[in-house]
Amino acid sequence: MTMAPDLDSPRTAVANPPVQPMESNLGQGDVVRSSAGGPVAENPRDLTDVAKLIDVSKCIGCKACQTACVEWNDTHPEIGINVGIYENPLDLTPEMYTLMRFTEYDNPDTGDFEWLIRKDGCMHCVDPGCLKACPAPGAIVQYSNGIVDFISENCIGCGYCISGCPFDIPRLSPTQHVVKKCTLCSDRVAVGQGPACAKACPTQAITFGTKDDMTALAAERIEDLKSRGYDNAGLYDPQGVGGTHVMYVLHHADKPSLYSGLPDDPKISDVVEGWKGPTKPVGIAAVGLAAVGAAAMALFTRSRVTPQDEAEATELVQEEMRGSGQPDDRGTV
Amino acid sequence: MNIDLSRRGFLKLAGAGVAATSLGAMGFGGAEAAELAHVRAFKLTQTTETRNTCPYCSVACGVIIYGRADEAGKRRVVHIEGDADHPVNRGTLCPKGSALKDFVNAETRLTEPMIRRAGSDRFEPISWDEALDKIARALKDDRDANLLAANEAGVPVNRWSTAGFLAASATTNETAWLTYKVVRSMGIVGFDNQARV
Repeated sequence: MTMAPDLDSPRTAVANPPVQPMESNLGQGDVVRSSAGGPVAENPRDLTDVAKLIDVSKCIGCKACQTACVEWNDTHPEIGINVGIYENPLDLTPEMYTLMRFTEYDNPDTGDFEWLIRKDGCMHCVDPGCLKACPAPGAIVQYSNGIVDFISENCIGCGYCISGCPFDIPRLSPTQHVVKKCTLCSDRVAVGQGPACAKACPTQAITFGTKDDMTALAAERIEDLKSRGYDNAGLYDPQGVGGTHVMYVLHHADKPSLYSGLPDDPKISDVVEGWKGPTKPVGIAAVGLAAVGAAAMALFTRSRVTPQDEAEATELVQEEMRGSGQPDDRGTV
Repeated sequence: MNIDLSRRGFLKLAGAGVAATSLGAMGFGGAEAAELAHVRAFKLTQTTETRNTCPYCSVACGVIIYGRADEAGKRRVVHIEGDADHPVNRGTLCPKGSALKDFVNAETRLTEPMIRRAGSDRFEPISWDEALDKIARALKDDRDANLLAANEAGVPVNRWSTAGFLAASATTNETAWLTYKVVRSMGIVGFDNQARV
């Protein structure tokens, strides 16, 4: 199914992409937030919020999402070495935007041994810490459908977004000197397609659609899990960052940190909030005041060098030149 | 180039610059010009689509191969993904199937038959004709020498247990039927496909 013309955001990832030229349905006209005062759209279209739902209870840890991501985004992760754990590579890299993380959990309540597998990657926060921390105008933008995207041409490679991210997702490329992360396949969404990982997922643990549809689907899944004895099953859509456009269905929603350290209550760091909040205008005002003072000084302080001093100095220099008999660097005397 | 700039002039200019930048940072006037937000150009535009079957296992997932000519005019596989219209996989793929593009474009991919001749320590290319002749010769010699026509009780069994056959798992029904008939009618017992290798 390709996207009907009257739809603003794609509804599914189960579709074959178009090959005919298509107008991009995502661009500057949909930017609702831009880092460091970058340009935003004056009247952004109100695109329907999209979301990716990751049901960890259906995930088999096959990593099809990882290879699909690499193939679609044409990244080239290094071939690593096996150090005895299932994560491959060991961590997110500038060439690997998504990563299956594996946790072995000995459940003390049931005595069961549980293998908790989580697909890690950008959560596309409603209130993105990376965007707030970024000092480069227009390097991180948020579209009205909820996608948080990096505009690499504007990225200065400072890495502030990495410390600003409550989920520790972006990675700095040492060769390109820009920061990379999951785009929620914004290029696919722009032509009515869903992300490559969601299309590839063989168990449909990753699904894609509108945020409302995904929330409703999650509710069905949670009801099902509860009927199977997972009393604490729930949706991970953390409100500390305003909610996210990548959501998890967890069987232990009361303890998200079980899943390879998924933050229990993610928040944007106080340092980022403070530094980019009240501190910034105060600091800039101080710099501005200093500049105004310097200008006032230049205007109102009389010079103590009189025209007579200047004339005498010129005379001295010329005498010196005649004495040496050599032209100066400028070729004039 | 030399610019006649006195110390005082330099300070004035620098001061004006700092003031202007501060005003800009305070939000007066537009921020520095930035590249406007845009998504990556859709990379499948004007590629050709070719339906095919994933060559790995016997599940036989449907895939679409996206091709485009490179600068030299040679058509290249630029992307492969699952076929959402295929009844087997409905667009999904396993990690191996998802990475098919690199399998097709691998430098180490075998593109012609190879032979390691007797006494040699390396493989060398061989034509299909010569390869098939050699295989037929070797099979015939081995079958003539080792075919068990009847068992101890005298019952005809036509069992040929000294040669094996490894077939492809991702084939059409017709190819699979023909392969089976050829192999079994020769009496070959050891018969499998690469899905289990």
